[in-house]
Amino acid sequence: MTFAVIVFPGSNCDQDAHHATTAVLGQMAEFVWHKEVDLHGADAVIVPGGFAHGDYLRTGAMARFSPIMGAVKTFADRGGPVIGICNGFQVLLEAGLLPGAMLRNRGLTYRCEYIQVRVEQTDTPFTAGAHVGQVLRLPIGHGEGNYYAPPDELERLEARRQVVLRYCAPNGAIDDDANPNGSVHAIAGLCNEQRNVVGMMPHPERACERLLGSVDGLVILESVVKALTSA
Amino acid sequence: MRARVFVTLKPSVFDPQGRTIADALHSLGYGTVSDVRQGKYFELDLETTDAAQAKALAAEVADKLLANPVIESYRVEVD
Repeated sequence: MTFAVIVFPGSNCDQDAHHATTAVLGQMAEFVWHKEVDLHGADAVIVPGGFAHGDYLRTGAMARFSPIMGAVKTFADRGGPVIGICNGFQVLLEAGLLPGAMLRNRGLTYRCEYIQVRVEQTDTPFTAGAHVGQVLRLPIGHGEGNYYAPPDELERLEARRQVVLRYCAPNGAIDDDANPNGSVHAIAGLCNEQRNVVGMMPHPERACERLLGSVDGLVILESVVKALTSA
Repeated sequence: MRARVFVTLKPSVFDPQGRTIADALHSLGYGTVSDVRQGKYFELDLETTDAAQAKALAAEVADKLLANPVIESYRVEVD
């Protein structure tokens, strides 16, 4: 299968995403420049981390208007699997492909460290290979990952089981000390109502090789490969 | 004409930066500052000379780009 890795001016995890999907998973991946208007026939889309358009104004605010986002939206509307990682998650929020918004981290500092997340839902293309309650140790690197949704929206998200990952302690317990940024309901990742678009603040693509400290990100990318190649 | 757009977090949204600024003021002895909310300020130079048109245009760009309606609200002034 082929991944499209979207490249904005300021993306800096595009190479990591390309490496993880090709060298590690043995799939094909193509970089797609943000000014392009089609996805080269890709089977899945990765909106990678970084600082798209410098993150001026708000994270992801300008990237939303890049020409390629029209194609990403059409692809998502047709049920194609899309994952936004870190800044890519912020872009999907600004673009309205996922609900809610990001605020500055509760402690105001940029957090660059390993954290744990607990898998809450497995009926998305990016978590199908995991099991509910599985704890993943993944790296984060962000200053604005404090997920916010108004109370009524939050209630809908929970009722529709759209919270895919929550920050947790190493034993899987949801604990405020294990929440690195103050996100409501410890939300680290969520999906849209159709469940084919997933956004997450941690970086699975940076945790696919033992040399890098964790292989817990593999399950995220392998899930979509399996979902698409076994269909 | 010039339009001024003030973007602030909605009252229901926690403002960690404002809180930190308030704490700093308290430690400087300004205990009577009970709270601080910070935001963004934009000056837009517009070609129009019609105030209503200027206000409408500024509101349109605020809705579209300058503010995120999920977390922020805005106010427009023109002169």
